[in-house]
Amino acid sequence: MIRLAITVRGVVQGVGFRPFVHAAATARGLSGWVRNRTDGVRIEVEGPAPRVSDFQRALEREAPPAARLEHMGVEALPLQRELGFRILESDPSAPPRPSIPADLATCPDCLEEVVSTSARRFQYPFTNCTRCGPRWTIIEALPYDRARTSMKAFAMCSVCEAEYRDTRDRRFHAQPVACPACGPSLRLLGPEGDCLREGEAALREAVKEVLAGGILALQGLGGFQLLVDATVPASVELLRQRKRRLEKPFAVMFPSLDQVRTVCELASEEAAVLTSPAAPIVLLRKRLSGGAKPWVADAVAPGNPWLGALLPSTPLHRMLLDLAERPLVCTSGNLTDEPLCTAPGEALDRLRGVASLFLVHDRPILRPVDDSVVRMGPNGPLVLRRARGYAPLPLSLRAAPPYLLALGGHLKGTVALTVGEQAVVSQHLGDLGSIEGARLLERTVEDLLRLFEVHPEAVACDLHPDYASTRLGERLCERWGVPLIQVQHHHAHIAAVMAEHGLSGPVLGLAWDGAGLGTDGTLWGGEALIVEGARFRRVAHLRPFRLAGGEQAQREPRRAALGLLHAMEGPGATVHLRDAFTAHEADVLLAMLGRGLQSPFTTSMGRLFDAVAALSGVQLRTSFEGQAAMALEFAAGEDAAVEPYPLPLRNGEPAAADWEPLIRALLGDRTQGAPASLMARRFHASLVSLAEAIASRAGLPHVVLAGGCFQNLRLLRDIQARLRSRGFEVWTPQQYPPNDGSLSLGQLAVAAYRYEEARDVSRHPR
Amino acid sequence: LAHGGGGRLMRQLIEEVFLEPPPALAWTERHDSAVVPLGTERLALTTDSYVVTPRFFPGGDIGKLAVYGTVNDLVMSGARPLYLSAGFILEEGLAMEELRRVVASMREAARECGVRLVTGDTKVVDRGKADGLFINTSGAGHVPEGRSVHPRRVRPGDAVLVSGDVGQHGIAVLSVREGLAFETPVQSDCSPLTPLVEALFSAGVDVHALRDTTRGGLASALNELALDGGVSVLLEETSVPVNEAVSGACELLGLDPLYVACEGRMVAFVPEPQAEVALAALRGHPLGVAAARIGRVTEGPAGRVSLRTRLGGHRLLDLLSGEQLPRIC
Ligand SMILES: [Fe+3]
Ligand SMILES: [Mg+2]
Ligand SMILES: [Zn+2]
Ligand SMILES: [Zn+2]
Repeated sequence: MIRLAITVRGVVQGVGFRPFVHAAATARGLSGWVRNRTDGVRIEVEGPAPRVSDFQRALEREAPPAARLEHMGVEALPLQRELGFRILESDPSAPPRPSIPADLATCPDCLEEVVSTSARRFQYPFTNCTRCGPRWTIIEALPYDRARTSMKAFAMCSVCEAEYRDTRDRRFHAQPVACPACGPSLRLLGPEGDCLREGEAALREAVKEVLAGGILALQGLGGFQLLVDATVPASVELLRQRKRRLEKPFAVMFPSLDQVRTVCELASEEAAVLTSPAAPIVLLRKRLSGGAKPWVADAVAPGNPWLGALLPSTPLHRMLLDLAERPLVCTSGNLTDEPLCTAPGEALDRLRGVASLFLVHDRPILRPVDDSVVRMGPNGPLVLRRARGYAPLPLSLRAAPPYLLALGGHLKGTVALTVGEQAVVSQHLGDLGSIEGARLLERTVEDLLRLFEVHPEAVACDLHPDYASTRLGERLCERWGVPLIQVQHHHAHIAAVMAEHGLSGPVLGLAWDGAGLGTDGTLWGGEALIVEGARFRRVAHLRPFRLAGGEQAQREPRRAALGLLHAMEGPGATVHLRDAFTAHEADVLLAMLGRGLQSPFTTSMGRLFDAVAALSGVQLRTSFEGQAAMALEFAAGEDAAVEPYPLPLRNGEPAAADWEPLIRALLGDRTQGAPASLMARRFHASLVSLAEAIASRAGLPHVVLAGGCFQNLRLLRDIQARLRSRGFEVWTPQQYPPNDGSLSLGQLAVAAYRYEEARDVSRHPR
Repeated sequence: LAHGGGGRLMRQLIEEVFLEPPPALAWTERHDSAVVPLGTERLALTTDSYVVTPRFFPGGDIGKLAVYGTVNDLVMSGARPLYLSAGFILEEGLAMEELRRVVASMREAARECGVRLVTGDTKVVDRGKADGLFINTSGAGHVPEGRSVHPRRVRPGDAVLVSGDVGQHGIAVLSVREGLAFETPVQSDCSPLTPLVEALFSAGVDVHALRDTTRGGLASALNELALDGGVSVLLEETSVPVNEAVSGACELLGLDPLYVACEGRMVAFVPEPQAEVALAALRGHPLGVAAARIGRVTEGPAGRVSLRTRLGGHRLLDLLSGEQLPRIC
């Protein structure tokens, strides 16, 4: 006989772990107990040695699908000879550790109940169990227990309570357990907030409205969503008009995988992600219309060969889609550039002019959590927007850093903090340019610090003085009397990927993105940095060029093109862009470029993409971020590589990649009537060669790819393949997005190094 | 030195250098002019220096600016301007003819404003030690009995008015200086605000606070006023008057018209019930025909100015740090 104490850390609360432990111990006739602690789960188990070790193996191998075991500590104890195996109340005394689970899509067992007429929860939209349901969106405090969730207002009925107490039940200690008798319920509201229907009738009426061409605001799991019939062009256009969103693609929720397959190509790995507990939006290649039904209106993702598809992830969505029997556009319930609405009052206030009806419920959403977005990359799923189903799952760090907080960028905001040996990155918060966005950032900081009971010793942010996150960092540091650690944008991009893969450097990082402030006050974005811990050295970048009108140029690829041409040919630049500008526009912009007026220098790769998109005739103006670069990627298609344009790396410290020969060759192609697709492919090929040239010059075995440009799969795939074939080890973003969504993680990593260096210096003064 | 843009750095400079204890100046409140007792009366005093390239621009010149600017600063404290002094720093080589034109323009402007240029001073510095011509003007005015115009008087609920369309001066000067030929030429709005302020008082409006929207434009003026008054301000983007020539130029330049300088515009904070009367009073004068109600004072953190955009969202109009560097990645 032996007795062991086993402490398990990772994601082990709110995922059905304790009932699983109970079942595994009881099945083997072992005695002891299991209990949630703030830092994980503690198990004491006693019995014959072979059966105890069999139990240990079961812990690792048979744990519930959503559980993630990060660390298991084992210790021998004296025998206690108690009877049976028990689940004890949570022990809140240990210091908190991040083991908060993400929200989980409805499990097959719960789905089954929702559709079986004889079940108690037949057609109940808030059905869940220990393996599925809301988590991150309802947790008020740790440890995870019903009394500390937004379900605390609902008193369990006797039947639910019995399930909750029954160790053999799937709902044993399922904190959000509920049923039609005791749980949350639905209401359908008119635009003035008047209640039109309740319960199932509300749902039916809401679907009717959508099928009749209306716009439904739905209070989902992590916030409001706007739904319209995706098969009817007029409905989609109406949504575009009301939301003032011209061309940016919408995501579509399908009732079934079969309907997804009718519209999109679907590989088995993609299907696996769609049906995973995270159930994100997955970008899928659209099929060519063969007349099959259902079909999705072109206006859903105009001119885009990809479609963001998702499946219902709650019983509520499941029931809606089953009634609709067709794909529905499912987009964030916000005004353009603003955060998600979470409460009915807020939605009525802000979305009144957009939606005709509001389907709401009374389970409060404690924090806005958007749908995540994933694209299948060469190294498996690549998370482009990390929110529902992924946040706030922690990332294990190699050593315990000091308590730090990092505030991220300006668009695609996230917050990160260290808690013990782990880093927690918040869900995607969206654009922080609006007041609502800035407020959400601040609320999220307060929320995370309170939940994890952490008091940061320093705060990290970007170098840009006018980011909402930098402003908040300054205020917080003043309030708390702690240092502000500013981290260069591209350093942070690279450091995020290094943190994800546990690298400390030195590595060569290619950080290619739109723009971030450099240490020389210009806008960087086509950078090659050698990164090691707290330090980086800029080894190469694009040859700088001017952007007439600064931020305005980001919306007009033609301006990036003009900037390059002006650097090459001065006032004669417009001959190559005759149709892009009126004579008056050209005069003013050239004068600005000539005098450097409102025309900051940049080395941005994103703007080089823009310029090439404009010059090859793919895109002159854009209506959403990254549109031109996407269009260029689509134009390049999947076809094999072609002869690159010349993009020589000019010697220097740092070296500069000279785009002038590239642009000249491209103009030559254009004069000869080459199709845009060829120019796009040759351009991509030049970047692959450039990456190789930079890597060879740097001579480091490890290369990291980071920054928004690597949302482009052709670029990611081809550069990775080329570098690997030349013997480099290549590291790419996977769980954390290539874009600014992972800046907070990168800042956190860099700040940890810097903070420790500073501490070492003060301990051992020289 | 990025301190001159009227933004965050400018404010920091003032706070750090001039307002650190003991204050170099007797007044510790940042206001366009100081109001001090003189016997039983109240005297308003102000001083300002003028540097502009080019010195002559469509709609005005440095001389007019030097008069209107100082007059307007007096008027913003509710004073009736009376006397001006002028100091000139000339760079060796400045054409006498040009100086004559500037001085003539100043005389004309002073006459228009009903103020007298009573004293002056001239210094000549070596070539390269000054940019042609610098003018400093100081002004004194009388604050009539019963007027109390001060950021402290601003209250949540107050209506915020602007006396005309914004951004003309900045664009006019820029287009001449940089040789930019905009489709529709833009004239500077440089003008005295005396008649507009007097119109408000004659109409019986209990004006709470005034601020001229000079360097840094409407957004910066409101930021300062909101900070000094300890309130927040909410603007409606669709209500802010910007003429088409200016908005077209701003789009090309990548500038936000709310941050572009004016030299003859002011914001007025008035009690909500008097907003319409005040607006009518402003519009009754040729310089105020485009006056508009652009927002209101709200409860909230001191100095927060926000804008409800065309799309219905809210954008913070904060003081930007010096250069406007793109934030979008
Ligand atoms: Fe970036
Ligand atoms: Mg002044
Ligand atoms: Zn379930
Ligand atoms: Zn119940």
